[in-house]
Amino acid sequence: MHNLTIKQMSEKLHAGEFTSVQLTQHYLDRIAKYDAELNAYITVTPELAIQMAEEADKKLADGSAELLTGIPVAHKDIFCTDGVKTSCGSKMLDNFIAPYDAHIVTQLKKVGMPILGKTNMDEFAMGSSSESSYYGATKNPWDHQAVPGGSSGGAAAVIAAGLAPLATGTDTGGSIRQPASFCGITGIKPTYGAVSRFGIIAYASSFDQAGPMTRSAEDSAWLLNAMAGFDERDSTSLEREKPDYTAELERSLDGLKIGVPAEYFGEGLDADVAKVVKTAIAEMEKLGAEVVEVHLPNKDLAVPSYYVLAPAEASSNLSRFDGVRFGYRCEQPKDLTDLYKRSRSEGFGEEVKRRIMVGAYALSAGYYDAYYLKAQKLRRMVRDDFINAFQSCDVIMGPVAPTPAFKIGEKSDDQVSMYLSDLYTIPVNLGGLPALSVPAGFAQNLPVGLHIVGPYFSEAKLLNIGHQFQQVTDWHTKTPAQYQ
Amino acid sequence: MSWEVVIGLEIHAQLTTKSKIFSGASTAYGAAPNSQACPIDIGMPGMLPVLNQAVIGKSILLGLALDAEIGKRSVFDRKNYFYPDLPKGYQTTQFEFPIVGQGKLEIELEDGTKKVIGVTRAHLEEDAGKSVHGLEQGQTGVDLNRAGTPLLEIVSDPDMSSAKEAVAYAKKMHELVQYLGICDGNMQEGSFRVDSNVSVRRPGEPLGTRAELKNINSFRFIEKAIEIEIERQIELIESGGTVVQETRLYDAENDTTRSMRTKEDANDYRYFPCPDLLPVIITDEDIEAVRTTMPELPDAKRTRFVAEFGLSDYDATVLTGSRAMAEFFESVVGLTKEKDVKLCANWMTSGFSAALNRDGLSVTESPVSAEMLAGMIERILDNSISGKIAKQVFEAMWQGEGTADQIIESRDLKQITDTGVIEALVDEVLANNLEQVEAYKAGQTKMLGYFVGQIMKASGGQANPGQVNKMLVAKLK
Amino acid sequence: MSLGKTEVEYISQLTQIEVREDAVDGVAEKLSNIIDLFAQMEAVDTQNVLPMAHPLDAVQRLRPDVVTEVDQHEKLQAIAPAAAEAHYLVPQVIE
Repeated sequence: MHNLTIKQMSEKLHAGEFTSVQLTQHYLDRIAKYDAELNAYITVTPELAIQMAEEADKKLADGSAELLTGIPVAHKDIFCTDGVKTSCGSKMLDNFIAPYDAHIVTQLKKVGMPILGKTNMDEFAMGSSSESSYYGATKNPWDHQAVPGGSSGGAAAVIAAGLAPLATGTDTGGSIRQPASFCGITGIKPTYGAVSRFGIIAYASSFDQAGPMTRSAEDSAWLLNAMAGFDERDSTSLEREKPDYTAELERSLDGLKIGVPAEYFGEGLDADVAKVVKTAIAEMEKLGAEVVEVHLPNKDLAVPSYYVLAPAEASSNLSRFDGVRFGYRCEQPKDLTDLYKRSRSEGFGEEVKRRIMVGAYALSAGYYDAYYLKAQKLRRMVRDDFINAFQSCDVIMGPVAPTPAFKIGEKSDDQVSMYLSDLYTIPVNLGGLPALSVPAGFAQNLPVGLHIVGPYFSEAKLLNIGHQFQQVTDWHTKTPAQYQ
Repeated sequence: MSWEVVIGLEIHAQLTTKSKIFSGASTAYGAAPNSQACPIDIGMPGMLPVLNQAVIGKSILLGLALDAEIGKRSVFDRKNYFYPDLPKGYQTTQFEFPIVGQGKLEIELEDGTKKVIGVTRAHLEEDAGKSVHGLEQGQTGVDLNRAGTPLLEIVSDPDMSSAKEAVAYAKKMHELVQYLGICDGNMQEGSFRVDSNVSVRRPGEPLGTRAELKNINSFRFIEKAIEIEIERQIELIESGGTVVQETRLYDAENDTTRSMRTKEDANDYRYFPCPDLLPVIITDEDIEAVRTTMPELPDAKRTRFVAEFGLSDYDATVLTGSRAMAEFFESVVGLTKEKDVKLCANWMTSGFSAALNRDGLSVTESPVSAEMLAGMIERILDNSISGKIAKQVFEAMWQGEGTADQIIESRDLKQITDTGVIEALVDEVLANNLEQVEAYKAGQTKMLGYFVGQIMKASGGQANPGQVNKMLVAKLK
Repeated sequence: MSLGKTEVEYISQLTQIEVREDAVDGVAEKLSNIIDLFAQMEAVDTQNVLPMAHPLDAVQRLRPDVVTEVDQHEKLQAIAPAAAEAHYLVPQVIE
């Protein structure tokens, strides 16, 4: 069952070939069998999942079911889920049972998608490897010595290993796309504002976006349809008519102009990765697309700018974790200061503390102009590079990450090196543009993704390109042998 | 050795919205602890703010009343610090781009001199919760009901140079926000909070270090606190010390100010634009729409009352003491068709106001409505009752016995105006008081009062005094 | 190294995150490495560039002034570390 496409799964459910309970149980069994070694789930919710599957079966029986009804989903543990532990990968929220649902959780509940559990992640979404989780690292299903990427590493791993048919993730600097690339799955970060942030534990508010993580572009389109849309509870949620992200899937790529930035293939890019990406782009040309060279002159400013702005916002967003109203509190605080300092030092992991401190520093008196304000200006420049480039192309393609998945422990001591590996994904978040990662091949036996960036609101086009690519390639169908 | 005093006031006015500035929780005062604190107010993970529409119009109203620039593009910023009553660890406020810019307010001092006080700006922000002591040993309790209530922080230029000027400004602003209907001005409940920044300097020298006086909720104490603080600073400097920038509280019992332990150790608030909120845009059309709803302001009303109704400055001031009072008065005047405005004014400034004060009621809580009072005044004007009887009628109306007509009827208070009846009364009294009649005729004209008194007594107070007088004089010739 | 002990102590105060004596140097070094990354921004001319706080030029939406929330304090305080008589509790604060 776990090797079906979502469309096939849906057809069979609707046809009564199996029930949602059976399908859900199938995944729960696989989780019980494989997750111990992968550590992709923080919390598995078998009773809830079966209960929801039973509800879904009723809908399937009375004809009120939608396409995704009855198909289970795994939520990144950053989405508040009513009555379910929502830890954000942190000791700070190890005891937090959310009293409300995030908007996207509500949306998917409405459709009737049973919740299998909450997936592992870098603590408070700060990381590119999922190693900083309080619950330990998740292993890459393709190589247990390698990271699955981050921060949505757990979500990527569950899709790659068939421990959930659909998963949700969030992307602030590449946290959907990079794990998708490292694990050989598909993931899309929508235009900023397309999906509501209500109920998503905030890391960097002007960057965070939720999106689907799935086997294929088509699956992502269906899931994005269910997740996206205006939510009045989020001031940054876009008030526009909700598009159908599956509407353009079948369009031909004839005449599509693909911009490839010269700057992308410089030093630092693994040669095998470069090869995979170039081959993938050549595949697009075979489908009728045309490649043009574009330039992103301010590309190198993206990483420093991001690592000022995101930690700055985070330093403020995480101030609410103070041991007073919820979450971790230190033992026997002597006084208020002791309560704050010890609860926060003991509750937060090292990387989170570092980013909070860097962020506060960047906002502090004397540094605001040189760091924060400057970074906001660079942000505009990086974004404008893309807008300019889109004058001569429809989408931009390149690598998602400079290397395939690195080994667990390899980069955990060298923050800056880890940060610099986000150089392809970060610029997209700075601009709030949509971007897709689709599996495009292997390098050193590990998956490599192709990055496709589009102008604002071009998700349907990106998914179309991904889908057409997946009609003529089969990278997205590959699974590690032991999980087949 | 002369000293210059420099005072600036920061006033926090709670806006009269039903729900909070960024959430749909209620702002009603006096609710059970934490019963009006929703997840957004508590700063729970994943919660987001959405701006309450009503605060915009109220801010624009104040801006227009202060002749101020309206910030057409204002931005919410985060002011970061840690304190138990600040759930998110930051306060959402407006730092660089406030909704109201530079304006002014004219004040009048007791001696009649007028002074224009500059208002630097007014910005929107959210209120914090409340700390409660004594619930548990060694613990402080936190009630977040108030967290998220919308505030307009009104900052004056440091234009005031005495405690009296400062209080005059504060009182004027207090009156204004109530007139505009944007704040209920209840200082006991904390809806209107005045912080005074006080410093002294020698003429010609740069500004001195200021101390901030907080948590004083009556104008009388604000004035005393400022005066005592000025004295303290002068004494301190003259004896060789230096003024420290700090927050001080007023100790009413001892009439001193004392230093408060500061809540924020490091004052680096790291302001930056709140990424969960977008810039607030106000158009010229929005401003004009609000302008059309602007009520007549107190000064203009006072001037009009003097000009249109011929009232004295004093009466005009009392009658415009609140918007509700002024509207009540104009209602009464209208209902009595302006036949005797002075009479309406007298009743409002004396009997009506006295009753309100006695029972601790505001105009809107008055058991006597404008219709009822007008009805009673009509009966005075048509001679059904005398002014004196009217006092009985008023008191009866106040106690809920009904309208003037109902009371006059049920208590049989109608004034006697029948000439025949009055003549009979006069004749009787004069016949029974022959000695006093002789005295009057011998020149003791004051005896008239005695006769009037007797007649009023005999008639149960209901004889029309004017007619009685006239008839007595005629009969005694 | 751009950050020293003083800066680390200051930041520790601002963020209410304890940094133990023996850890200060290590933290200073790690933070400095990150902050050194920012040096690259300095050389860029941004004089005529407006800062960008949000990707799209959107404007704040307004919600009607209506009470929509109900009393949930029991549910919400069930997960509080310390609460009594419907109040959240913290070690005593003297003002």
